[in-house]
Amino acid sequence: MYKTPCSRLTGVWKCLPRDGLVGVSVQQKLIANAARSHMSARSLIQLCRKNQAEWITFQHLCFLKRQYVKSSSGLCQRARPKQEHVASVLDDRDDSVVSQVQQIPALKPEPGTVVPPCNPVEPEAARAARLEARQWKELKVEYSDLPGIYARLSKLKLTALVVTTAAAGYAMAPVPFDPVTFLMASVGTGLASCTANSINQYFEVPFDSNMNRTKNRPLVRGQISPLHAVSFALACGIPGVTLLTLGVNPLTGFLGALNIFLYTCCYTPLKRLSITNTWAGAVVGAIPPVMGWTAATGALDPGALLLGGFLFSWQFPHFNALSWNLREDYSRGGYRMMSVTHPGLCKRVALRHSVGLIGLSALGPVLDVTTWTFPLVSLPINLYISYLAFRFYRYGDRQNARKLFFCSLWHLPMLLLLALTCKKNRVPQDEAAVSPSMPSLAL
Amino acid sequence: MNVKTGSNLIFRSLRPCYIHAPLSLRSFCRGHRQSASQPPKHAKRAERAGFSPAETSKYDWIGPPDRLSNLRPIIYHIPENETPLERKLRRLRQETEDWNHEFWTNQNFKFSKEKEEYVRSQLSAKGLSERDDDGRKRTLSSEEMAVFYKHFLDKNITRHSSYNREWYRRNFTITLLMAKVALHNTWRILTGQTRGTGRAKGKTT
Repeated sequence: MYKTPCSRLTGVWKCLPRDGLVGVSVQQKLIANAARSHMSARSLIQLCRKNQAEWITFQHLCFLKRQYVKSSSGLCQRARPKQEHVASVLDDRDDSVVSQVQQIPALKPEPGTVVPPCNPVEPEAARAARLEARQWKELKVEYSDLPGIYARLSKLKLTALVVTTAAAGYAMAPVPFDPVTFLMASVGTGLASCTANSINQYFEVPFDSNMNRTKNRPLVRGQISPLHAVSFALACGIPGVTLLTLGVNPLTGFLGALNIFLYTCCYTPLKRLSITNTWAGAVVGAIPPVMGWTAATGALDPGALLLGGFLFSWQFPHFNALSWNLREDYSRGGYRMMSVTHPGLCKRVALRHSVGLIGLSALGPVLDVTTWTFPLVSLPINLYISYLAFRFYRYGDRQNARKLFFCSLWHLPMLLLLALTCKKNRVPQDEAAVSPSMPSLAL
Repeated sequence: MNVKTGSNLIFRSLRPCYIHAPLSLRSFCRGHRQSASQPPKHAKRAERAGFSPAETSKYDWIGPPDRLSNLRPIIYHIPENETPLERKLRRLRQETEDWNHEFWTNQNFKFSKEKEEYVRSQLSAKGLSERDDDGRKRTLSSEEMAVFYKHFLDKNITRHSSYNREWYRRNFTITLLMAKVALHNTWRILTGQTRGTGRAKGKTT
């Protein structure tokens, strides 16, 4: 029987970006589980500290047990690639302790559990979704579920990140801070992002069904109909763009609408046609901070483009590293990504843009966006990500790809924070100050 | 697994379309349209589904992901006195579902088959057996597999792009039709019309 592959790594990657404190939550869960399983804390710690040879045996036991149970149940479609799975978990020092110790409850079969979880670091919501997926379900919309459904449909966490970058763009702009405009710009950007994400999911239902990372999305699970998703998108997009155009300024509104268009009509279809989708996606990521800046100043200054440039360059180490370990899923799903079709280019581009970040940071004082301290204080983190990108370029293995990806997750917030702290203080000049609460006529 | 078994599996997992209302009442109310053309097909499909929704349910039902295509089958609810527009929508959705299912089953099947062949050929080129000393299947490294993934994508590019075009077209059509049906039903509720007992009252497009 040809079963669809399930990569455990994607489950891990799914966890960490979603919840930076997964270590903490897993620890807590662990202690709770341990209490239930009557294991003392000391034996837990002993298990943690045992040498790697014993980890192999322990992991192997659980793995074999899962294989046996899986082969006897008909419905589980997530067979893992066998040896590679064991080796890859062992490779990862960061996660192996967490995932190893999490195995403990799995050994004691709980009554009523048919199949132990495929992924021990799986969040509760995903596990519940997976178990629910086994049954037939009535397609009745439960109104109490709608907020959760909408949150997943609009990729709320990604939207929050986008709004953060827009807010950073606003904060970096050399104008007095106006809370009203700031709020309207943030809300408008958030709504535009919700729209773009919803339409993206609407287009990609059969592809999402076939990829492990995305198969719990609301449209795939049939929690809402396609028409409902499109209506939600319109209900977010129209007010969002209107808010940006009328409440902030027309330039920001235009950029918001452009971004929705680029994401839904360029990036999404291009994903299946050509590798240029990554560049299109990088532009989509770069526009929100530009929007934040134009919300403040009403004009496309070089400073706005610099911030956009940061996001643009950052996308490449981030996405190339992520896609490196998803090559099988992308290939089967028919997605044309650099990591699959042009692996050499993938690594080169990631390295190129990581190093480029250093250059861009140096432009900060040149363009009067930041003081001269910014290139200096950001040099350590920029050098670190460049170093990881170089290792990824040189060795091109899963371990280095994963390291680069996780580094990119904290690198961007850190960089923006540093830029903010090194922001060039302008003496407010009366004639130069454009009141940000009025829609700017600069356009 | 040979192609014949594969195609048998595809045949077996075809999606059902099940009528909810009791059969006798249905054939009396709906007249000959339904019973003449559909029961033989429906009976076969219902058997294969292995699931029948409750008779009083007024909603569609969605099932677990299919083993081969990973897509979830839907059993569409056929309301009493379904309008032609609703029937058109239901048929289009059912047909799209079957078409999608066939494409993805094919895709996943081909992928798995070619992947196994590739692994086998690589292992034999290296002079290794398929299973190692512990009886586990040998796998290749990520880099060796990457060659296969690239090859698979390049080989199927035309098929994929024509599938994309067709999928986008169908998705749009279905959504537009759903919007039409929703508006039509809302209009009917607003103007106080109830569902007619025959073709006479139903509005045709």
